[in-house]
Parts: sequence; C-alpha cells; structure tokens
Amino acid sequence: MSKKILISFLMILVLALAACGGNTAPEATKAPAQTEPTQAPAQAEPTKAPAQAEQPASTEKVTLTIESWRNDDLKIWQDTIIPAFNKHYPNIEVIFAPSAPTEYNAALNAKLEGGTAGDLITCRPFDASLALYDQGYLASLNDLPGMDNFGDVAKSAWITDDGSNVFCVPMASVIHGFIYNKDIFNELGLSEPQTVDEFFQVLDTIKADGSYVPLDMGTADQWEAATMGFQNIGPNYWKGEKGRLGLIAGTEKFTDPQYVAVWEQLAKWNPYLAEGFEAQSYPDSQNLFSLGRAAIYPAGSWDISLFNEQADFEMGAFKPPVPAGADSCYISDHTDIAMGMNANTEHPEEARKFLEWLTTPEFAELYSNALPGFFSLSNAQVNIEDPVAQTFVNWRNECDSTIRNSYQILSRGEPNLENELWRVSAQVINGDITPEEAAQQIQDGLDSWYTPQ
Amino acid sequence: MQQLSAKKRKKPFPTHIVVFLAPATLLYTLFMIYPLLDSLRLSLFAPNGEGTEVFVGLQNYITLLTDQMWSARFWGALRNNFIFFLIHMFVQNPVGLLLAALLSRRALFARGTYRTVLFMPTMLSVVIVGFIWQLILSPLWGVAESIMGAVGIADLFQPWLGLESSALVTLALISVWQFIGIPMMLFYAALISIPEELIEAARVDGASNWTVFWRIKFPLILPTVGIVAILTYVGNFNAFDLIYTAQGALAGPNFSTDIMGTFFYRTFFGFQLQLGNPTMGATVAAMMFLIILLGVVAYLFGWQRRMTVYEV
Repeated sequence: MSKKILISFLMILVLALAACGGNTAPEATKAPAQTEPTQAPAQAEPTKAPAQAEQPASTEKVTLTIESWRNDDLKIWQDTIIPAFNKHYPNIEVIFAPSAPTEYNAALNAKLEGGTAGDLITCRPFDASLALYDQGYLASLNDLPGMDNFGDVAKSAWITDDGSNVFCVPMASVIHGFIYNKDIFNELGLSEPQTVDEFFQVLDTIKADGSYVPLDMGTADQWEAATMGFQNIGPNYWKGEKGRLGLIAGTEKFTDPQYVAVWEQLAKWNPYLAEGFEAQSYPDSQNLFSLGRAAIYPAGSWDISLFNEQADFEMGAFKPPVPAGADSCYISDHTDIAMGMNANTEHPEEARKFLEWLTTPEFAELYSNALPGFFSLSNAQVNIEDPVAQTFVNWRNECDSTIRNSYQILSRGEPNLENELWRVSAQVINGDITPEEAAQQIQDGLDSWYTPQ
Repeated sequence: MQQLSAKKRKKPFPTHIVVFLAPATLLYTLFMIYPLLDSLRLSLFAPNGEGTEVFVGLQNYITLLTDQMWSARFWGALRNNFIFFLIHMFVQNPVGLLLAALLSRRALFARGTYRTVLFMPTMLSVVIVGFIWQLILSPLWGVAESIMGAVGIADLFQPWLGLESSALVTLALISVWQFIGIPMMLFYAALISIPEELIEAARVDGASNWTVFWRIKFPLILPTVGIVAILTYVGNFNAFDLIYTAQGALAGPNFSTDIMGTFFYRTFFGFQLQLGNPTMGATVAAMMFLIILLGVVAYLFGWQRRMTVYEV
C-alpha cells in the first residue's frame, strides 16, 4: 500500500514538472531572440572603440538592430559598412542581426507581431514588404532626405500601388546576362555575340567542337528556366517596361507574339544544354561552369562573387542578345533588396539617420564594391573595381532597365504567376510542351483571377 | 477469475489510474488534440482582406474540390500520393517480408551483420538520403551511369529525377530503399516468435519449406502484415521531407512529384512570391487528416476486427 502511495506521489511530482515544462516553453523560445543582440556587440566591439576615442561619451549612445536575410554578408557589414557609418555618427551603434534566407519572412513576421523586431528591416521586394507596410509595421519614408537619389524603377518595388508612399530605401539590384569562359572563347576563336543569330552561331561552334557544354543550365530546380532564361532574354522581346506595364494594365497578354517568341527561343536552347540537364540542379550548373567544363552560363549578377572565388580562368560577360531588327536593347535590372524602418522603433530619429546615409553615393560605392553583383540603385555614378561586375553595370548606360514582369501585382493571386512561369519555362526547355501551350497556360491562369486581363 | 472477484469485493476509486493517465492525456491534449481541432476550426475561416478572418463554413472545401485551379492541384497530389503509397505497399513490404524470411532462417551466417546493414538506411536523415541519391543519379557526376556501363547497359541511363514520367517512381523507390528496414524488422520479430513445435510438426507431416511458410508462418504473422500496411499508409500520406529535399516545394517537374505534404506546405507557408494562405492550408491539412482517418478506420473495421488471431 505504501508503495502505491509513493508511486502516486512520484507521478504527481512528474506531472507538476511536466506542467512547469509546458509553462516555460514559450519563454525558452524567446531566449534565442534575446541572445542574438548580446552576441553581436562582442563582435562589434572594435568599431566601438575608435568611435569613442573620437568623441568621448558626450551624448548618449543608441543601439540600432538590423533585421536581414543576408547572413552571407555578415562580415561585410561588420568590417566595412557599419564602421564607415560610424565615422559620421559615432554615437549610433549598429548591429547587423541576420537570419537564414528561407526563414527570414516567417521569423520577421513573428518578431514584428511580438514586438521584438529590430529597428531597421531589410525589405524583400514587392508584396512581402507591402504587406508589412499595410499592417503598419513599416514606416513611410516619403519625407526622407535623399530619396530623390533614386529613380522610379528603383523605387517601384517598395511603393504602394497608387505610388503615394515609399517605405524602404532601395539598396541594390541584380542584373541578368550571360557569363562566359574567356579561355574557351579564345581557344575556339569566338567573340561575344550581339544578336540572337550570332548567339546560336557561337553555340553551334562550341557544340561542333564537342569538348565543352555550350550552354550551362538545368531544369531540375525549375526557377533557372524562368529567372535565368525567360526573364533574362525576355525584356528584349517585350520591350522592357512597356511590356511589363502593359501586362499589368491588361493591354498585353502572354499569348501575344512578343511573349511566345521568348519561349520559342528557350525551346531552341535544349540541344545545347548538358546531357541529362533535366536533372541538373542550380549548384550543378555553378560547378560545371567554375570547373571550366561549360562555355556560357546564363547568369544572375549575384553569381559573380562565387565564380571569382572558385573559377581559375578569366571570365567575361555579354548582355542578352537582341533579336534581328531590334534597334534598342533592354536588360533585367531587378530590384532585390532595400531597407525600411520598423514603425514601432524606439529610436526613429537615429534609424532615419541611418536610412539617410543609405541614400548617399558613399554607401552606393561601398556596397557595390563589397558585394560585386549587387548593384546600387542610386542615380549616383558608381565605380566598381570587379571587371565582370563593371561589365554588367555598364549595360545600364547602353540599354533600358526593367524588372521581372511577374513580380509586381501579377503574382498576388492563385495560381501564382511566378511559380507557373518556373513550371512552364522548364517544360518548354525540356520539350514537353510547345511555346504556344506555355503561353496559353500562363494566360489562362492569369485570366482566372486578374481582372484587368 | 481471481482478479474479477477481487474487484467485486471492494471497489475504491482508482486514483492511480487517473494519475497514470494524466501526464499522457494532458500532453497529448495540449500538443496534439488541441492543435488538431484548432486547425480544423481554421479551415472554416477565410481572410477578409483587413487582417482578420471570418467564418465561411465549408467554402474552403468547396473551393478546394471544385475550383478548376485548386482541384487540379489537389487531385494531382492525391493521385501521386496513392502511387507513392502503392509502390511502398507492393515493393517495400513484400521485399521486407522476403528479407525477414531469409534472416529468420536458422542456417544463416552473420545474421546480425545483415540485419544491421539492411536497417542502416532507416537511421539516416532523410536530407542525407535525398542528397546522396541525387548525387548517385546525377547525369553530370553520378556513379549510376558508370555502374550501368560496367554491365553494358549505360544506354538505359536517364536523368530519372528530372523526367516527368519517372521522377515520382524514382523518389518512391529511394524511400523504399531507406525505410525497408522497418517492415523487415517487424516481420522478423513476428517470424522468430513462432514456436518451433508448429514448424516441426508440419515437417513431420512432410511439408516443404514453401508450404511451411505459406501455410504455417504467413497466417501467424498476418496481424503484423496489417500493422505494416497501416503504418505504411499513414507514413506515406504524411510524407513530405524526401520530396522537399530532392525536388523542392514546387515538386517538379510539372508537379509530377507533388504529394499531399508538399501541396500543404506550399499552400500554408507560401513559396517564393506566393504568400502563405493559412486557412486554405488548414483545409488541405484537414483533407489529409480525413484521408488518413478513412484508411485507419478501414483497417480497424475491415481488417483488425475480422482477423482470426491464432493463439500460439
């Protein structure tokens, strides 16, 4: 009998512990968020010291925390960007606290709802950030001095649909084009193709030689087909902004010849891709190129820094070839990253000072050089030391810029336009559907929910 | 009999039963039953565009099953999921049974080694399995093509994971490879618990190995066959990780590997530019729950209740 009581007592004890465990769980999940900032000051220490030496504690020090998904850039922010900012504002301590790219949106939403988010928020383009602004989490930046350093295309990703409120300072864009292996081009006596016909002549020569994969792209991950394929070469066909805005206004359709022509070009890529490209993933493509086994890589400019690190041959870049008879060229200069202010920050003045500094030519030059392939959206003239990155950015002077046509407004409904573009573009390259079928499927999907169409 | 009369004699309140059940019940209610009911509740709501959710009854379910865009994805995912399940059912489980039968042979040399090796993949992380098989089957650096070349069938090599016709079957077989240890172990445990006397008696009557297996052993492990079947069913309709690892949330090419798990993930959490839709996601989750529930109910009433359990 006494044994029974003892056991019962033990069980109750366990129960009580379990209940306590349940109660403490939410606190335990909070803890990492709190440790995040405490880790960073230790690393930011060196930047603090010179600042204090300059201006000995005359005013109170304020700490700003930046939310970001660019955890690859942690070192650049800590060693280059923040120290440069502190030269002007020694009393504002800035902590760059990134989370993993795939978790960023969810983590940021949770932090904003819980009131624990940082003072400065790195903005994803278009709807993700617009939703944050609509919910009142991002402050309007209309009256921020320096915002006129940015053009309309640059601001288009962080503005309300009616164009009345800007809520993030544009930081950088990525540009599409083709990166090629200069050694292979020299060996085969090739030169950069300017037109579509030249492009296919170059591919034919490489294929005939047989030692290298002419065009390095796979369709396993699907997005390259749309992003590095469709959105890369497409602006030349749909005339950049004219076509993009035409789609939004409903005056153009994906079934129009200028869109079908893009898929027709993509279908022609098929024989020049590597054997088994249907199962070739994005890292496979990157490796194939940096190992020197492929000649031409349909690229996003963000690939430059990886190739700089891994490839031991000289690279060059050419812009998307123009179709026969075209008199002007267009490039995808896609707005990718910006920064806004948490509407509930405790230090709005200091946060605005930081954002104001982001609009300066100094930051534009600093950022573009620290991260070759991410180009400042500022109107200021920026000198980039990396030759390949400089080639990309030069195209801005030769061609008209546009952004990916699926990003603004058109990807709000079901089925999601961007995801659908991935799917059909991959299928067109695989040869499973015709360009006309692809266009019809995309247009049907858009028709089902987008009324201007 | 003794227990029964003891109960009748004096009947104090069974405090200890409540105490013993309480922790599991509380934890289960808190972490399983409550979230499940809340998720079912969420599936009856829809966002009204002002940040709040309004009650819409079964509208989400009607959309899911009748709207052209939604239903195409839903039925596609369900069909793929059934194919995924059937491959497990008719490849994984028979082969698992065969391996268990071989392992339970008395004359087998190094049984422990085989058992461990065959069970090993089950203990690997799905992410690692997905990654390794992607590399093995890679048309660029994979060993599959050269191994096939060694036996003269390199021409048959295809980028299976990238082809609409073969991607789902390939992934199902990778999953079979990984999880074959589980039915094998369950069958093995059932087989070795069969008393020797039964088998000896059959042999005295002149039964061959084949007859002994199908007439004595198999009927005795039928309950295990049922358990393995329902475990496979539940596991496959909850599957997600391998597809997500190997093909991403868009389950390409052309949704040919899209199963209920990846469909739910895309709907609930969103993907790339597609924003998450929690209410529709909850609806998909409820449908998954319903499908699994139907399977379990069919198993309980159609199989378990009718089973003759041989006492051994």
